[in-house]
Amino acid sequence: MNEHKTLTRAEVSVGDKLPAADIDITTGLVVCGALATRDFEPVHHSKAAAQAVGLPDVFMNILTSQGLMTRFATDWSGPEAVVKSVDLRLGAPNVPGMVMTVSGKVTALDKDSGLVDLAVTGENNIWGMHMQGTVQLTLPKES
Amino acid sequence: MTTDEQEAIESEIYAFVGQQVYPPTPAADDVNDAMIRQWAEIMGDTNPAYIDKDWAASSIRERTISPPAMMYVWGQEGFQVTKGRAPNAMSNLVSTFDRYGYTGVLGTNVKQEYFKEVSPGDNVTIEMIIDNISERKATGRGTGYFFETLSTFTDQHGEKIGTQRFKVLKFIPQEQPAAAATEDKLDVPTRIASPRGHDNKWWWEACDDGKVLIQRCKSCGALRHPPRPMCGECNSMEWDSIESTLDGEVLSHTEIHHPKIPGYQYPLVCAVIKLAEGTNLVANIVGCSPSEVQIGMKVKGVLEQIDEKTMLPQFYPAQSGLNP
Repeated sequence: MNEHKTLTRAEVSVGDKLPAADIDITTGLVVCGALATRDFEPVHHSKAAAQAVGLPDVFMNILTSQGLMTRFATDWSGPEAVVKSVDLRLGAPNVPGMVMTVSGKVTALDKDSGLVDLAVTGENNIWGMHMQGTVQLTLPKES
Repeated sequence: MTTDEQEAIESEIYAFVGQQVYPPTPAADDVNDAMIRQWAEIMGDTNPAYIDKDWAASSIRERTISPPAMMYVWGQEGFQVTKGRAPNAMSNLVSTFDRYGYTGVLGTNVKQEYFKEVSPGDNVTIEMIIDNISERKATGRGTGYFFETLSTFTDQHGEKIGTQRFKVLKFIPQEQPAAAATEDKLDVPTRIASPRGHDNKWWWEACDDGKVLIQRCKSCGALRHPPRPMCGECNSMEWDSIESTLDGEVLSHTEIHHPKIPGYQYPLVCAVIKLAEGTNLVANIVGCSPSEVQIGMKVKGVLEQIDEKTMLPQFYPAQSGLNP
């Protein structure tokens, strides 16, 4: 159709790795991510509030982590894949100054329905696992 | 905590199971392009299905959609939460936990399932209940209970868009947050410090100065590594050292996957390298993918500052041109 190609179910196999992505955790990403997801809890925009709960700085809210996880999946699949579920377990906080490396691989594929399971992990370089989970999406039969 | 206290808290908290946190509440704003664009820009998501109307018109869906991960966003309470939230079943449950000393709070799991995509002009209604509360559990953070809310999302036609399960641990904090955690600067982890003893400190100090040395027996001239006080050939304890050119060959190698230790860069390949001078050295191979490392491969070492506290020889494939 055009430059935005979507993977078809025939082009994917269990064990395929998704290209890893490094995401710089900046104050801008943390604060603006909270704003974009309408999460106005002070710990995500006020350093003093974050320090009051024992963290060195503002930390990423869950809906931003979830957004980054689905983005990582659809960056790989292409835009006509349909996201069916995101199941994520939270680990260490993402705080400005860190770099989160997101990686993933295909763990299940149903060639008939096109349903794909992706195991996705986001690890930051300071405290380790930030998010770990499964994104399910369906791929089209043909592009 | 005594059995009586446990019975007391449990009789209170389990009464919350099934209670409504939000009755079905339509979002104040319909799904709209402005909020989608802002979300996509900040997430760095360039998916044209969300923002490119021309592309979307000719796609399978024939229209743009909201990013599925925005499902919960549409019904979020606004900026007024910075001044506190109106009491509801969840805040009452939380304050019940707090009253019994379970003041710690940690979101542990979120699962969203999507049944139907929504587009600008649609309206998302949220309904939330407290779905379940676990039995009392000992966790790494302290003793506590997991409670899970279940949100159900419907569109303006009453069709189910999706669900969200959010699991939270309320626990008795084991200790106060460490003082170090409130410092402004992130404490960037470094590698495990080299063990510097009486007989090998000189070797590490030479590394710090930019040289990889090999110990040499003053009596018979035999080279040895790692450093030790006596020559294994002639038993002499007199020694000096020569500087290695760091030309070498891989004798054996392995890739360390797990556990990932803070301060180390992954992938992490460790190899036994036979140096041109004849002694062996354990070091990392960098500058190529782990799958390219082979026994017999020629490598060239460079002393590098690995982190704030560590100088180490790192070995590159000899012909890669990557090594300075």
